[in-house]
Amino acid sequence: MARLRLVGLHKSYGKVHAVRGIDLEIPEGEFTVVVGPSGCGKSTLLRIIAGLEDADQGTIEIDGVRINDVRPRDRNVAMVFQSYALYPYLTVFENIAFGLRARKVKRSQIDAAVRDAAKTLGIGALLERYPRELSGGQRQRVAIGRAIVRDARLFLFDEPLSNLDAQLRDEMRSEIKRLHQRLGKTMIYVTHDQIEAMTLADRIVLLRDGVIEQQGAPLDLFERPATRFVAGFLGSPAINFIPAELAAEHGALSLRLKDGRRLDLPPARAAGLVARAGKPAILGIRPEHMALDRGGNARPGFVMQEVMIDLVQPTGSRLYGTFMLGGQEVVAELGAHDVSRPGERVNLLFDMNRAIVVDPETERVL
Amino acid sequence: MTAASLSAWRGPRRSTLRLIARYAAAIVVTIVFLFPVYWLFMIAFKTPDEIFHAPPVWYPASIQFDNFAVLFKDRDAVTVGNSLFIAGCSTLVSMFLGTLCAYSLARFKTGGENLAVWIISQRMVPPIAIVFPLFLLYVWLGWVDTYYGMILLYTAFNLPYVIWMMRGYIEDVPIDLEQSALVDGCTRWQVLMRVVFPMVRTGLFATAVFTFVFAWNDFIFALVMTRSAVTTYPVQVTHYFGAQSNFWAKIAAMSMLGTLPVLIAVAALQRYLVRGISLGAVKG
Repeated sequence: MARLRLVGLHKSYGKVHAVRGIDLEIPEGEFTVVVGPSGCGKSTLLRIIAGLEDADQGTIEIDGVRINDVRPRDRNVAMVFQSYALYPYLTVFENIAFGLRARKVKRSQIDAAVRDAAKTLGIGALLERYPRELSGGQRQRVAIGRAIVRDARLFLFDEPLSNLDAQLRDEMRSEIKRLHQRLGKTMIYVTHDQIEAMTLADRIVLLRDGVIEQQGAPLDLFERPATRFVAGFLGSPAINFIPAELAAEHGALSLRLKDGRRLDLPPARAAGLVARAGKPAILGIRPEHMALDRGGNARPGFVMQEVMIDLVQPTGSRLYGTFMLGGQEVVAELGAHDVSRPGERVNLLFDMNRAIVVDPETERVL
Repeated sequence: MTAASLSAWRGPRRSTLRLIARYAAAIVVTIVFLFPVYWLFMIAFKTPDEIFHAPPVWYPASIQFDNFAVLFKDRDAVTVGNSLFIAGCSTLVSMFLGTLCAYSLARFKTGGENLAVWIISQRMVPPIAIVFPLFLLYVWLGWVDTYYGMILLYTAFNLPYVIWMMRGYIEDVPIDLEQSALVDGCTRWQVLMRVVFPMVRTGLFATAVFTFVFAWNDFIFALVMTRSAVTTYPVQVTHYFGAQSNFWAKIAAMSMLGTLPVLIAVAALQRYLVRGISLGAVKG
């Protein structure tokens, strides 16, 4: 197990500044997921940790020891590549044994370690096959086997599931999580898929343009995003952003939308925003924080709005209804039978306790 | 019989005929190209009477090896050994050095994008344009008619080709494979030996065969740079063409001796050769 520390890391490729001053500490045994859109520098970061790229500036430490100038082979890290990187001319057994042979481990030990790793991953029967004879999922398991057989102190995963189909991806995701629970190793996992990030991570590090936008526990980031970008990146379907203006009337604060509608903020949320009354703001509300009004007592912080659903997308268990609000297309996640056809007018309850308000200038959540 | 069933009946017959025609054409072409080789090889086993007999004798009455025995007795066959040694050594050296250079160009972008083009441009110089300046240099160095002189010459001439070809093959190796090996505990040398070489094996063999064949076939360098100590087989064969007459028995036997090693090498490596050539063609 290992503790990783990155201090002031920078990396450029010509004019492209891929990593811009990353500071990050990953404690022993933690599963950290580095997530962000394509080109945000997440893979570069992983490759710098592995030693496949040199940092232009900054320090990389494992267990308090600076490893900037240590060769990849001496860092004792294991890496699973997006392409699996299996050697096509070697059998599954030899692929898994590759790292051990390179390190001149005894033959008897190699045999035991490879069979053990293969058993763990359920590929014990495939050891004599070649990679071309395996399915995508089996190849992925071999690639993971090659990493775990080495007993490395740090595990790096570079978008390992992106080449698999949806069902297999779900399966492998659970297996990787189970593997982490069993091995208890420090793992860093890079992905652009926010669902993978949410489900796997002890901690998410969200990168944007080479800087850490926010880091923390998955639910923290989801419920308390620091910026509009974080709020927009996590969650599917994505959060709705509606331009508005903060308006104070009769001691209460509300968001006035462009179509004149007013959404009152609960007192607890309003307290910190009073000073910004009269200024533009962006309302952020997640699709799952809107629900059909079924009558009954009004709950504090919930605001009712009548809308016309103009697009209905059933998923089976749920239904996505799209409507116009404040000049903006908004998606709400509703019950499977809440809306029967497009054009239906419904009363929706907006949970303003969980809505966010964003400063349009700084894009920070207020 | 309906029109539909008629066309169904005609279909297979027409394609069979087309297949037979194709095979016939292929066989005719093969015979036309192989006949001179057959004729030459047969001369090697014929007696002088059979060689000059009219009408021609299509195959010798009995296989006899006198023509070969003469070559060994006169020590002319040594020239085939010289060719083997020089071509073999220069192939090994140029493959080793060339592959290393190619790896450096492909992976470390040594010399930027243009160095590789400059290197291959060296190969575009026709041998005749440089053979005499080189001869003067060799005379000055005292390298004329030496094994190392010839090995060095062919190595220098083949290196650009090896570098160019191997660079293409190496660039086709997914970089992830190498990086995965580096993280798994390999040094650069181990990456080369355990990952790159197995991955480019086909290209390695194909390039080696072409390199070998160039040195094996070369006439102009060998003619100018050798005298008697390291004469190669193509130069030796020309000694049998005289002003008054040609020594057909010796020409045939020598040609056969000289052709066999290449024939065996190409036959043994045919699988790699065909794949290697087509890979190279795609890469450009």
